[in-house]
Amino acid sequence: MKITLKVWRQKNSKEKGQFETYSLNSVSEDMSFLEMFDVLNEQLIREGKDPVAFDHDCREGICGMCSMYINGRAHGPMQGTTTCQLHMRHFNDGDTIVVEPWRAEPFPVIKDLVVNRSAFDRIIASGGYVSVNTGNAQDANSLPIAKHIADEAFAAAACIGCGACVAACKNSSAMLFVSAKVSQLSMLPQGKPERESRVVAMVKKMDEEGFGNCTNTGACEAECPKEISVMNIARLNREYIRAALASEEDV
Amino acid sequence: MSLDAKIPEGPLDQKWIKYRSTIPLVNPANKRNLEVIVVGSGLAGSSAAATLAEMGYKVKVFCFQDSARRAHSIAAQGGINAAKNYQNDGDSVYRLFYDTIKGGDYRAREANVYRLADVSTSIIDQCVAQGVPFAREYGGMLSNRSFGGTQVQRTFYAAGQTGQQLLLGAYSAMMRQVGLNKIQMFSRHEMLDVVMIDGKCRGIIARDLVSGKIERHFGHAVLLCTGGYGNVFYLSTNAMGSNVTASWKAYKRGAYFGNPCFTQIHPTCIPVSGDHQSKLTLMSESLRNDGRIWVPKKQNDERKPTDIPEDERDYYLERRYPAFGNLVPRDVASRAAKERCDAGYGVGKSKMAVYLDFADSINRLGKNVIKERYGNLFEMYEKITGEDPYSTPMRIYPAVHYTMGGLWVDYNLMTTIPGLYALGEANFSDHGANRLGASALMQGLADGYFVIPYTIGAYLADEIRTKSISTDHPAFAAAEEEVTKRLQSFLSINGTQTVESFHKRLGKIMWDKCGMARSEEGLKEAIQQIRTLRQEFYTNIRVPGSAFEYNPELEKAGRVADFIELGELMCIDALQRGESCGGHFREEHQTEDGEALRHDNKYMYVSAWEFKGVEHDPALHKEELNYEVIKPSQRNYK
Ligand SMILES: Cc1cc2nc3c(=O)[nH]c(=O)nc-3n(C[C@H](O)[C@H](O)[C@H](O)COP(=O)(O)OP(=O)(O)OC[C@H]3O[C@@H](n4cnc5c(N)ncnc54)[C@H](O)[C@@H]3O)c2cc1C
Ligand code: SF4
Ligand code: FES
Repeated sequence: MKITLKVWRQKNSKEKGQFETYSLNSVSEDMSFLEMFDVLNEQLIREGKDPVAFDHDCREGICGMCSMYINGRAHGPMQGTTTCQLHMRHFNDGDTIVVEPWRAEPFPVIKDLVVNRSAFDRIIASGGYVSVNTGNAQDANSLPIAKHIADEAFAAAACIGCGACVAACKNSSAMLFVSAKVSQLSMLPQGKPERESRVVAMVKKMDEEGFGNCTNTGACEAECPKEISVMNIARLNREYIRAALASEEDV
Repeated sequence: MSLDAKIPEGPLDQKWIKYRSTIPLVNPANKRNLEVIVVGSGLAGSSAAATLAEMGYKVKVFCFQDSARRAHSIAAQGGINAAKNYQNDGDSVYRLFYDTIKGGDYRAREANVYRLADVSTSIIDQCVAQGVPFAREYGGMLSNRSFGGTQVQRTFYAAGQTGQQLLLGAYSAMMRQVGLNKIQMFSRHEMLDVVMIDGKCRGIIARDLVSGKIERHFGHAVLLCTGGYGNVFYLSTNAMGSNVTASWKAYKRGAYFGNPCFTQIHPTCIPVSGDHQSKLTLMSESLRNDGRIWVPKKQNDERKPTDIPEDERDYYLERRYPAFGNLVPRDVASRAAKERCDAGYGVGKSKMAVYLDFADSINRLGKNVIKERYGNLFEMYEKITGEDPYSTPMRIYPAVHYTMGGLWVDYNLMTTIPGLYALGEANFSDHGANRLGASALMQGLADGYFVIPYTIGAYLADEIRTKSISTDHPAFAAAEEEVTKRLQSFLSINGTQTVESFHKRLGKIMWDKCGMARSEEGLKEAIQQIRTLRQEFYTNIRVPGSAFEYNPELEKAGRVADFIELGELMCIDALQRGESCGGHFREEHQTEDGEALRHDNKYMYVSAWEFKGVEHDPALHKEELNYEVIKPSQRNYK
C-alpha cells in the first residue's frame, strides 16, 4: 500500500509545531500502525533527518503508553483499539492519514507526538488506592464478593490510563479516567472504608491539574480503547454527593 | 571471591521463619535517615518501594516509561500461582515447591524456592486487600485455573489481564507513598550506571530522558528491579523498551551474572507475519486449559484447518505426553512444536506454526464460557491476524518470552556487590532452567512485598552510622563522566546504519544459534559473529540528534550496545553448559526420543560470570546446588 502521512512535528514544549508530510510506498497490511512509524523513522534516520518521537512500549494494548490522534480520533478509527493494536489492513491504498499528539492543556507536548501525562499519576497519588500496608491483610477468601460485583469492578479497573478520554473531550475532562478508579474501589468491600475521602480528594486533584468539567458528551466512552463505560461517571457523581452528605452529617 | 549463597541453617520448612526473626531490626528513627534507590516500577519494584516506604525508609523510584504503571509487568496475562489449596485438590506449599524445582529441571536453589512457595499465599491476601479484582465464582470465592507443568488448580487470575491488575495494585500502594512524600518518583529516567564507593554500591547515575540531563543519586542501598532481557533476541513478547542495561552496568561494576543462557521460549505466541515485525504477542498459556494443539498428519497440507477431518490430525502433545497432554511445561511444548514444523508439518503461510484449537471446548462449554475466560485474548488475536479464533483455530509458534538468568543473588537477594540487590525477573531467580507459568508474577511480588523488606535489614542495620554521601564525591563525578562520554561516542560515530538494524542482526544470530536448540558448533560461530557485529556497531551506527534533548534513538543505542555484549556472554554460557536442561537444549545432549538430557554429575551448579573486560573472556564461578529434600530425576510428563 501507498500511504501519505501528515504528522505533527514539534521540537519541544516551548517551540511551535507544524505538520510535515511523508510518503511511504510499501506499507503491508499486516503491519501495525506503529510498525509503519518504525519504517518511516528508519527512512528518516537514513536520510539524516530527525525521526518522529512517539510513545509506545508494550504494543499489546495494555500499557497505555501509545497515544496518537489519528484522522481526528484518539487511537484512530477502530472501536476499542489502541494505536499499537491498530493494523494497516483497516486503511486503503493511497490514503492520507493525519497524525497528531493528544491535545489537552494538562498534557503538554514533550516532542512531536509525545505528551506529558504525569497529571494522571498525581491524581492516583491523591487517593486512588486502598490504605493497606503490606502484612495487614486477612485471608483472601474471608470476604466473599459477589461475582457480578467483582466483574464490574474488574471492568472499571481495566482502564489503561492512556488519556484518550481527555484528548477526545472538548473540555479536556478526565472524568472517565477518575471515575473508573473511584468506581472500582467503591464497589469492593476493601475500598469502602475510604470511599468518601477518596472521591473528594481525587476530584479536587483533577480540578487542580486543570482538567475541564464533564458536560456529558460521551466522547470519552466512544474513544476509550478499553470501552470503559460512562456509567462510571454516574457512579462517581453519586459517590461525590454521598460524600458531601456524609461530611454535612459530620458537622 | 567465593560464592556464598548465605542459606540459613535448619530444616527446609523452618529456614525462612527462623532466619526472618533473627535479622537485625532498624529502629524507626534510623530508617528515616536511610535512603533506598529502587530502579524499576514493575511488580518487583513497586511492591518493594511501597513496602520499604511504609516501613519508614526514604525511597526514590526510577522507571523509563512516562508512568510507573506502564512497567512491563502490566502485560502479563494468565495468572499468578499460590499454594492456597482453595480448590481442595491436594495443593500445598510443598507441592508448589516441588513443582517449581521439577519444572526448573533441578537447577534452582531449594531454600529460595521453598520460601517462594511459602510466602505465595500471603501475596494473594495482600492483593485482594488492595482491591485487586481477581476472578470469582458465583459463591463469591476466588476462582482458579491450571497452568502448564502442574496437576492442581492454583492459578489466580483476572481475565487475561492478571499482570495489569496486580501491577495497578502495587502501583497504587506505591503512589499512596508518593502522595505521603515518602517516595520520590522519577519517571522518564534511565539508570545508566551504579556508583561504587569503598567497595559498596552507593548510588546511581541516571539520565532524565526528557531534558537529557545526567543526574547523580545517592542511596545507602540500590535495588535493581529492571526486568528481563528477552529483547536480546530482537523479537520477543517483551515490551519494546525492556532491556538489560541496568543489570549490565552492575555486571561491569562487579556483580556476577547468573545462568545468562537460561531463556524461556513460550510455546503459544502469534507467529511472525513479515520483516516489519517489531515484537511478538503472547497468547497466554492458560489457553492450553481449553485449547488443543495439533498439526495435520500429512506434510505440507494446504487444506483449511476446519476441512481437515479429525483422524487426519496429529494432537502431538496428547500423543507424546498422555499424562500432561496439552499442559506440559513450556520448554517441552516449544520443542515439540519446533520438531513438527522442522519435519514439514507446520501450517500457515510461513509453515512455521501449529494450530491451537478451541472447537471442542466451545462445543462442550459454549461460546460464552470461552469468551468469559479468554475474551480479551481472542480479540487481541483477531486484531493482529484478522482471523476469528472462535470459528477457526489459532495459529501459534514459540517465541522468546522470559529470562530465567539474571544477576546472581544470595538468599538475601543481594548481588556480589554489597548494597546492590536484584529483584524480580532481573535476578537469576528461583526458576532454575525453566519457569512454570504464573510463577514470575508470584516471584516478583514475593521478592518485593515479603522478602526484601526483611533481608535488607541485614545490611542496613550496619549502615545506620553512614551519613548520606554527597554526590560531589569523586566516584559520582567519575561515573557521570563515563556515562557522558559514552553517549557522546554513540552520537559521534555518524555511520550509515540504524541502531535498529544492528538489533535485528543480533536477534537473528541469537535466535538461530542460541534459541530453542543450541550446538557447540553454532555457539562458537555465534560468538565470532557477535564480536564482528560489535566492532561494526561502534564504527557504523548513526544516531541522530543530541544528548541534551528527548532522543529515543540515543536510548536505543545504549540498550543495543549492551545487548550485543550480553549476547556474547549468553553464548559463552550456553557453550560451557554441556548438557540439556529446561529451556537450554543442546543438540548433542538428548535422549533417544528427543528429550532434554541432563548431566547432574557435572552441571549441578549455577554458573555465575565475572566481568573481566569487554575484550577478555569472563571468569566462571560455580555455585553448587545441593538437593537435600528433593531427589533429582529425569523430568517425566508422560
Ligand atoms: C506478554 C507476557 C505475559 C506474561 N504473563 C505472565 C503470567 O501470566 N504470569 C506470570 O507469572 N508471568 C508472566 N509473564 C512474566 C512476568 O510478567 C514478568 O516476568 C514480570 O512481570 C517481571 O516483573 P519485574 O518487576 O521483574 O520487571 P518489569 O515489570 O519488566 O519492570 C521493569 C521496570 O524496570 C524499569 N527499568 C528497566 N531498565 C531501567 C533502567 N535502565 N533505568 C530505569 N528504569 C529501568 C522499567 O521502567 C520498569 O519499570 C509474562 C510476560 C510477558 C512478556
Ligand atoms: S478511561 Fe479509557 S480512554 Fe481514559 S485513560 Fe482509561 S483506558 Fe484510556
Ligand atoms: S504500546 Fe502499550 S498500549 Fe499501546
